Amino acid sequence: MKVGLFIPCYVDQFYPSAAIASLELLEKYGVEVDYPMDQTCCGQPMANSGYEHYGKDAGELFMKNFGDFEYIVAPSGSCTLHVKEHLLSHDGTGPKIYELCEFLTDVLQVSEIHASFPHRVGFHSSCHGLRGLHLAKPSEIVGKDFNKPVSLLEKINGLELVKLDRKDECCGFGGTFAVFEEGISVQMGKDRLADHLDKGVEVITAADMSCLMHLEGLLKREKSSVKIMHIAEILNGNPIHS
Amino acid sequence: MAENRTHAEAAEEFLKDEERTHWHDDTLWHVRTKRDTAAQKLPEWEVLRENASQIKEYVLSHLDELLIQFENNATANGVTVIWAKNAQEHNDHVYRILQENHVKNLVKSKSILTEECGLNHFLEAKGYDVVDTDLGERIIQFNHQVPSHIVMPAIHLKKKEIGDIFHKHLGTDAGADDPQYLTEAARLHLREKFIQANAAITGVNFGIAETGGFVVCTNEGNADMGTHLADIHIACMGIEKLIPRAADLGVYLRLLARSATGQSITNYNSHFHRPSPGKKMYIILVDNGRTEQLGREDFRNSLKCIRCGACMNTCPIYRRSSGFSYGSTVPGPIGSILSPGIDLKKHSTLPFASTLCGSCSDVCPVKINIHEQLYKWRQVIAKEGNPEPAKKWAMKLAGKVLGNPTLYNIMGKSARTALKLSPNSLIYTRFNAWGKKRDLPEVPKESFKEWYKKNRTND
Amino acid sequence: MTSREQILEAIKKYKPAATGLPEHLSYPTLEVDQLIGQFQQSSMLNGGKTIVIKTVEEVSSYLQVHFDKQLQVVSLIPELQGTLDITKILDPHDLEAVELAVLRGTWAAAENAAIWMPEENLVHRALPFIAQHLAVVIESKNLVRDMHAIYEKIKVDEFGYGVFIAGPSKTADIEQSLVIGAHGPRSMTVFLVST
Repeated sequence: MKVGLFIPCYVDQFYPSAAIASLELLEKYGVEVDYPMDQTCCGQPMANSGYEHYGKDAGELFMKNFGDFEYIVAPSGSCTLHVKEHLLSHDGTGPKIYELCEFLTDVLQVSEIHASFPHRVGFHSSCHGLRGLHLAKPSEIVGKDFNKPVSLLEKINGLELVKLDRKDECCGFGGTFAVFEEGISVQMGKDRLADHLDKGVEVITAADMSCLMHLEGLLKREKSSVKIMHIAEILNGNPIHS
Repeated sequence: MAENRTHAEAAEEFLKDEERTHWHDDTLWHVRTKRDTAAQKLPEWEVLRENASQIKEYVLSHLDELLIQFENNATANGVTVIWAKNAQEHNDHVYRILQENHVKNLVKSKSILTEECGLNHFLEAKGYDVVDTDLGERIIQFNHQVPSHIVMPAIHLKKKEIGDIFHKHLGTDAGADDPQYLTEAARLHLREKFIQANAAITGVNFGIAETGGFVVCTNEGNADMGTHLADIHIACMGIEKLIPRAADLGVYLRLLARSATGQSITNYNSHFHRPSPGKKMYIILVDNGRTEQLGREDFRNSLKCIRCGACMNTCPIYRRSSGFSYGSTVPGPIGSILSPGIDLKKHSTLPFASTLCGSCSDVCPVKINIHEQLYKWRQVIAKEGNPEPAKKWAMKLAGKVLGNPTLYNIMGKSARTALKLSPNSLIYTRFNAWGKKRDLPEVPKESFKEWYKKNRTND
Repeated sequence: MTSREQILEAIKKYKPAATGLPEHLSYPTLEVDQLIGQFQQSSMLNGGKTIVIKTVEEVSSYLQVHFDKQLQVVSLIPELQGTLDITKILDPHDLEAVELAVLRGTWAAAENAAIWMPEENLVHRALPFIAQHLAVVIESKNLVRDMHAIYEKIKVDEFGYGVFIAGPSKTADIEQSLVIGAHGPRSMTVFLVST
């Protein structure tokens, strides 16, 4: 199976370790991964700020790079959702995009993960993955409970997942919201962190690096020892960041 | 009030008191939790929402016919039906009715529509003492404020503050803040007003086209106390409040209170069809921008709203900035998609007061795609005059860089290099909103693309 | 053009393409043998109280213990003698001193303890609101699953007014603290006659 790997721009620039882990993880499961070298961004930052038209070039470039793949996989729920809703066709033709975790659970249907991570972990449910891609059942929806990323984490040796008070509240990143509504964004981030820290987590993980970048910024400013790691790094068996 | 401030500026003000912010957030989160518990008890919940949405879809697509049907039936029931194009006409009609009937004292139960029309101010300027009888509304009326929430108007006030307000206006003991004691004082005060009133104004939760009747829901019973004692009942109703059949009420009454507060139903759900003998009943049908909103394809679904307030309770931004930060009659997520339709310039920052987390759409009992409409309003606002030129400039530049791989690679590398080399004093300036309270990510020695080139490609 | 014409004109111009209505609004999930228990719980959550009785006569003995006989009682059930004849009252303001109103309910929903009271059960619309306390008698055979079931049975416009009452007058407008007795009844007692 050949897959096009889409690495969002800020992951490429600031969190290459999350991207490497995603690549290695897919390779472990026998997936032939191609990473188009000319890729940049899906255009979401512009579109969510009201400037869909400024994101047009990025979107066209994305389709040039990925238009011929059957599957596209990205280690980001948010970018995956944007590509799915705004770039790909909705009539069943053309490539299908999956967020990394749902690709593992739904397409590869992995039953085992050979990794160990003996730490207390808090899972942050990123909104776009949660409500846009339906990676889990949101707490406000009535129906059968499921959580694809968590189902993967539960397969990891020694990993102790904490139970949060608000299991799927937004962290307050929200793209340019983080800057233009700085006050609320920071307050939301602090509140989210408090929930994790209260439970004594060593690591906070998520399927979206953008939420984690925001939370990490707050943690580092407070000189906290709590680490953030992309879920791909944990699933790939990477040790805790030093 | 946040008349000319951006949402962010108004929110900043609220956030200064961190303890109050936490209190406000926790209070509303508690209501959201109660809503979840109530919803989870009904396995058919999601089907009910779907049906509620379909019925409202039908209403919007047959609104003219249903209004005429409603008018005919109500008229046959002995109710006077009046049409008002805008707030001014609505207020003028209310005033005329009060004059014609020589009304001296009037009581009012909760109506977001009359807030929208500024009815209280209008009537007060004409010399009327308008008495709001919903406890929360009476509190904020004493305090010269508008509701900060459409279901819980005084949710921004602490009981100590309410105690002070009541001490000043009702003569309760100084420092007394027991809710039971304060409510009893309000009960005695308002009972007197109910007894004296000649006219009662109410809102309308649902108008029933097939019977010409309307339903008003309260927990306090204040709408009924007012209307049944007074000789004149004026019901103010937005034209979108219609439902086709009485049977549809089953769907909406099951959803409304559960969504709003987590109760299975409000304690009083009154169905008005005909005035009592010797009394008069009026219905004012108000447009005030609703037909215009109906014409906006991307935004017309907002007219399905049944004003439960669930989107406010679940919104992490609303909970941490309070209703006043929105500077609009209806605050929160639903207000942020309704208000730009009324005044795009004034409310241009509201669609951005969201992370697009989507929880508002998930809790909405009539399945309004609120977060998608927020996204769409952003596109409209960016095109029709963005109040923040810095954002436009930044987005244009970002679009250029991200649309061009060569430029992206160069810019990425130089940005990372610049960040690595620059001293923190240069990075964390007052111009960098990110860095006020957050560190930037640590700069890696190479991007993934550079790593990939070295480790996976043969060229 | 009148405002009416302008509004209707605008709607004609702007309304979306016609869609249909969902039919058969019924979602049978609750078991019928759970109805009484469910009703009691719903009523309690609404701030009310339910007493299951065998005969209507028990209402009288209960009320004698719990209410002061010296105060005004309006009874609209034949099994109980009130102290005030409401049919002689012309102005609802004269009900201001009513301590207890005892009324008959027509239909009740187990899911939320809402009881349908058409105008004929009230005589004066103001009665169940102005009274200090409210008691409602309802037969268990008139207890149904949910609101849909009641709307199937009633004609909402049969009388000029009708109301679903689900509990006493309450408010939580002060810091979300529940207070019973906002403007209307300070208590609501439902007598469920189980036959």
